[in-house]
Amino acid sequence: MSKFKKDGNKSTPAVSTASLPDIVFMLLFFFMVTTVMREVDLKIKLNQPEATEIEKLEDRSLVDYIYIGEPTNTALYGTVPKIQLDDDFATVDDIQDYVIQKRADRPEQVQGAITVSLKVDEDTKMGIVTDVKQQLRKVQSLKISYSTREKVDKNKF
Amino acid sequence: MARNKRELQEINAGSMADIAFLLLVFFLVTTTMDSSWGLSRKLPPPLIDTQEPPPPIKDRNVFVVLANANDQLLVEGELMDISQLREAAKEFIANPNRKDELPEFKEVDVNLLGKMPVSKQVISLQNDNGTSYKLYIQVQNELEAAYNELRDQLSLEKFGTKYSILEDLAKSDLPSEAEPAKEKVKAVRQVYPQRISEAEPKETGN
Repeated sequence: MSKFKKDGNKSTPAVSTASLPDIVFMLLFFFMVTTVMREVDLKIKLNQPEATEIEKLEDRSLVDYIYIGEPTNTALYGTVPKIQLDDDFATVDDIQDYVIQKRADRPEQVQGAITVSLKVDEDTKMGIVTDVKQQLRKVQSLKISYSTREKVDKNKF
Repeated sequence: MARNKRELQEINAGSMADIAFLLLVFFLVTTTMDSSWGLSRKLPPPLIDTQEPPPPIKDRNVFVVLANANDQLLVEGELMDISQLREAAKEFIANPNRKDELPEFKEVDVNLLGKMPVSKQVISLQNDNGTSYKLYIQVQNELEAAYNELRDQLSLEKFGTKYSILEDLAKSDLPSEAEPAKEKVKAVRQVYPQRISEAEPKETGN
């Protein structure tokens, strides 16, 4: 009768973990390929506004970033929104130098195609953003992009 | 001799997973998923003092959007909610009923489409220093959406494809696909040119 119960007493063998490295490597490659290195250490609170009509910036090597927002370390820097260029806080007057410096780092043929991406916290007042834009105009850096998060437009479905 | 053969063992691969995990964690921590999506804009060139002031634009051709420090919108002299801005802007840009108080039209020869009435519309956007960036982006987004919806409509009517799809096609690597799409995009843009002018900022209240 118990034709199939012959092995009943034997304990089940351990699950083989030999393929675990393969799985982990697969994950590793996925993350290596899909992600990009973080450009800077953010020293500001950055909660970007949402928008629907957005475009992707094509060439990341031709984009410079300007961050504006409330410092994360409010005890040290206060709550007034500040500008961050690369890894340091800066003032509005530093923007011209920064843009010119960044432009000079690139080959001459592509200097006209540089886009400045403004990564601004949504609670920031427009005053400081406008000041930054005026500085950008002065150095003829006219292509800008307001960095936003993508919002799903319910009307489109 | 026999002894030597016994020493050729397989390398233990048990720690391979640990090493891979370590690398995986490193990449997880140092990388961000944030992509560079955003609203692209072109700033006007800096003002030159000797430059002649541009000719005045008729009131009916200008759609005035004001945003104040309390994040309220004043559109064409009326208080408006952000949710209504898109429709108002579309109505203004297209002027479907040819109303007298909405913009004038000019016949323009457009490649692929022939003679088309093109509106002389200009959208003027002015914000206060105290306006929040969030509202500013919303306004920019709604205006852009108004243009895009009208362009979609026209493109569907004339070419049978949406404008947004044409734009994607124009970026394609195949010249046989990209070239005709580029022409069509250009034609649609000529009929509905995006003219958003931002006034120099002014300070009113905090």
